[in-house]
Amino acid sequence: MSSSLATVAYIGATILFILSLGGLSNQSTALRGNLYGMVGMTIAVLATVFGPQVTAAGLPWIIAAMLIGGAIGLYAARTVQMTQMPELVALMHSMVGLAAMLVGLATFIDPEASKGYEGAAKSIHEMEIYVGIFIGAVTFSGSVVAFGKLSGRIGGNPMLLPGRHWMNLAGLLVVIYFGREFMNAHSIAEGMTPLIVMTVVALLFGIHMVMAIGGADMPVVVSMLNSYSGWAAAATGFMLSNDLLIVVGALVGSSGAILSYIMCNAMNRSFISVIAGGFGTTSAKPTAAAGGAQPVGEVTPVTALETAELLREAKSVIIVPGYGMAVAQAQHTVYEITKHLREKGVNVRFGIHPVAGRMPGHMNVLLAEAKVPYDIVFEMDELNDDFPVTDVTMVIGANDIVNPSAQDDPSSPIAGMPVLEVWKAKTSIVMKRSMASGYAGVDNPLFYKENNRMLFGDAKKMLDEVLMALKA
Amino acid sequence: MQTGASIQDISGSALGAGAPSPTKTVQCIGVPREVFPGEKRVATVPEAVEKLIKLGFRVAVESGAGELANCSDDTYRAAGAEVITGAAALWAASDIVFKVRGPTPDEVALMHEGQALISFIWPAQNPELMQQLAAKKVTVLAIDALPRTLSRAQKMDALTSMAGVSGYRAVIESANAFGRFFNGQITAAGKVPPAKVFIAGAGVAGLAAIGTAASLGAIVRANDTRAEVADQVVSLGGEFVKVDYVEEGSGGGGYAKVMSEGFQQAQRAMYAKQAKEVDIIITTALIPGKPAPKLITAEMVQSMKPGSVIVDMAAEQGGNCELTVPGESVVRHGVTIVGFTDLASRLSKQSSTLYATNLFRLTEELCKTKDGVINVNMEDEAIRGLTVINQGNITWPPPAPKAAPAPLAAKPAAAPVVKKAQGHGAASEPMPANKLAIVFGVAAALFWLIGANAPKEFMSHFTVFVLACFVGYMVVWNVKPALHTPLMSVTNAISSIIAIGALVQISPIAGAVGRPDSLITWVAAAGIVLTAINMFGGFAVTQRMLAMFRK
Repeated sequence: MSSSLATVAYIGATILFILSLGGLSNQSTALRGNLYGMVGMTIAVLATVFGPQVTAAGLPWIIAAMLIGGAIGLYAARTVQMTQMPELVALMHSMVGLAAMLVGLATFIDPEASKGYEGAAKSIHEMEIYVGIFIGAVTFSGSVVAFGKLSGRIGGNPMLLPGRHWMNLAGLLVVIYFGREFMNAHSIAEGMTPLIVMTVVALLFGIHMVMAIGGADMPVVVSMLNSYSGWAAAATGFMLSNDLLIVVGALVGSSGAILSYIMCNAMNRSFISVIAGGFGTTSAKPTAAAGGAQPVGEVTPVTALETAELLREAKSVIIVPGYGMAVAQAQHTVYEITKHLREKGVNVRFGIHPVAGRMPGHMNVLLAEAKVPYDIVFEMDELNDDFPVTDVTMVIGANDIVNPSAQDDPSSPIAGMPVLEVWKAKTSIVMKRSMASGYAGVDNPLFYKENNRMLFGDAKKMLDEVLMALKA
Repeated sequence: MQTGASIQDISGSALGAGAPSPTKTVQCIGVPREVFPGEKRVATVPEAVEKLIKLGFRVAVESGAGELANCSDDTYRAAGAEVITGAAALWAASDIVFKVRGPTPDEVALMHEGQALISFIWPAQNPELMQQLAAKKVTVLAIDALPRTLSRAQKMDALTSMAGVSGYRAVIESANAFGRFFNGQITAAGKVPPAKVFIAGAGVAGLAAIGTAASLGAIVRANDTRAEVADQVVSLGGEFVKVDYVEEGSGGGGYAKVMSEGFQQAQRAMYAKQAKEVDIIITTALIPGKPAPKLITAEMVQSMKPGSVIVDMAAEQGGNCELTVPGESVVRHGVTIVGFTDLASRLSKQSSTLYATNLFRLTEELCKTKDGVINVNMEDEAIRGLTVINQGNITWPPPAPKAAPAPLAAKPAAAPVVKKAQGHGAASEPMPANKLAIVFGVAAALFWLIGANAPKEFMSHFTVFVLACFVGYMVVWNVKPALHTPLMSVTNAISSIIAIGALVQISPIAGAVGRPDSLITWVAAAGIVLTAINMFGGFAVTQRMLAMFRK
């Protein structure tokens, strides 16, 4: 295959990738979008394999590596639980990061790759390698830590080292300094030391960054790492002068950046404050602030039987799921209840907050897995005006996203965060394990509202009881 | 009763003087029997007594106080209350008195210094009563003076609970006076059309009436000068009838205001039209501190079908209908006009229970320490509003609330809630010009820097990169939030395009000097394995996820 043909194939693949992302704008076209992605990827890989840069000697290696990787990937895709999706995605990001590091390394030690670069072009080429490996390393270590946090192997609490901003700054200075050293190196061996130092710093930087971010900020982190993996691909593209890699990297990078932006908006926080370490900067405040705005009143606990009674008498119900539903694996029971109520003519809908769960759209996937039809699953903004005419809202394992003090109390740490206004319904039922406050450490006045009921206990167990009572 | 009270007056005040109530001892809540003729309600019910005792108070109830609300003395006793015979003895023994109606002059005479009274007072309408109470050096909390816009105050809002009961009862009274079914029926004896009910004013009472009438099967229409209640009317099964005239009618505090002449004309025309069509009219229009607006004229009554019913819930304030006789049910031009002023009292058990709960919630606010002693905290906005007399000093009207409630009280957004762009970038607010200028300035400087230094080869890649960023931006904004997880997994799969980097490196290059071929091959093979995991795994899991989304 000539290099022109390979280029044309790359353009075709690029178009297919763009169509693939575009297809995801709607559930009905999403499957086709995914198919475009697969076709695009196949074309790109085949065009490369049969292109001028791959010789017959490489083919056995490629086939073997593809078979091994493909088998592992397909196995993981088939066996993963839907509640574990965030972990899987984080793990996959780490692979992109690691691959970017390896490709960067291979480029660096390959004298053929830097042949023909002179002067400014050479500096830029070296800078591309350096930056590419840096981004790859940060993505890799950050994603590994994110995976650990999401799968519970590492504690979810933000780890806040003293003077952590200074440490990050120092790390950055070290990276810049060794960057100069690296560019000034005359041979590969000479450049290796700065490269390794920088890689270690970048790995530590990635670990430190994600360690400092708490559990509920994970949607931002996961989408941010998604973005990084794209930039890593783009940097590799610059390194190899490959436009396809640049375009795809840019697509993925901006996609992840937009997701991060949406997630930050949904929490009314700036991207910088999330990256700078969760609610850590205000970690001392909640206790102090709580003294001023302590919600008054008493909580009204209910039993599963009473909950079933309330649901049975309702005409319209909105269910607001949160991470607690995922933890308890309660989505199937939720669907059973929904099905039962819908058969009885109750208008059941779901309200999803953008940051509910541990990654963007996490709740939608869980509900889809439980066979909840997607046309009764709504976004926050679509539903918020309907709460006043809703009889019962059920909050399952969510806290901060239904906290009225985000609207009422300007001194609250979550003030201004858009929330689902569940308290406007005639009755709200909050399912919780205990009265502990949410991730943000803010007490929730919702629990003390006159029209609110608390159903304490494990979400799955309690919902099973509610379902039994409903069917009885 | 009144003579009895005056006879016992002497002993009562003697007792009052002899029963000092130092602030530290547990206070006694007294509930006298209502003396207003026809009043059947009572200020607390046995269920509430138990809760009050849990707050640390003692509770004393006058014998027979709850009789007309189906609460016998025995049930009060069982709940832990002391039952005292005779009003004078009860007033004397009480530190705090719960009442429904404002005290009569005789009752005022029974009060002693330092006592607290919680009841309806209507301070604006009853200046004399206020003077009398102030002279007695008592503390008075007027439940009708509650600042209703405070969300915290809703649980204490007796006006709302009484209005709800009245609205329900108004429909029942109209059904009683009306000679037909409410719901349409098709019977063997022929077809019965449903009754048409028109409800003027969609406040709490109006909404309760709408709900009740609709659940009886009638066709319900309603009107209110506040256009924002239209949704609530519809939600309860009513139809909102608009007045053909544009004017905003919210007067703050959830009440309506007096409207302009032009509006009133258009409104009269609408009412005249409705009067001809409907069978039942229930009017609930009140404007605070003013006589009720006359909405239904004598001509309109005349134009109604014989046998129609008007229930005038504003009768006490003069009535919304010109022909209303307050307190009575009369027939004029063949139309029954019900002007009862005691609708809530006619449902005495229900209204007493609700009122008792309101007062219990208020007591909770007054006694946060739960030690049986009330603390009239004038710093608390709700309590400040309620307290019309504090130890003999008239404290009514209260200072204007700190933040005047917005005309559309539906969304009191204290914190700025950013209206965020949902799914489409264009929906966000345009950036302010100076900020935009900075962004463009920085971008221009950056581009100049790159353009001045970078070689031509780099520039073509850079062009592609920047354009691709924008394409990604445009495409991804259209992705539904529900599909964000599949989006992530598919972008993740796509980012394994990095495999191409490894693919081009894997082949050994013949004749290349000093190239560590085998090392590069191994590194590249590892890269391919990693990206292949991603590639196959990412697309497969996306496929699996997307297949689950179904209608």
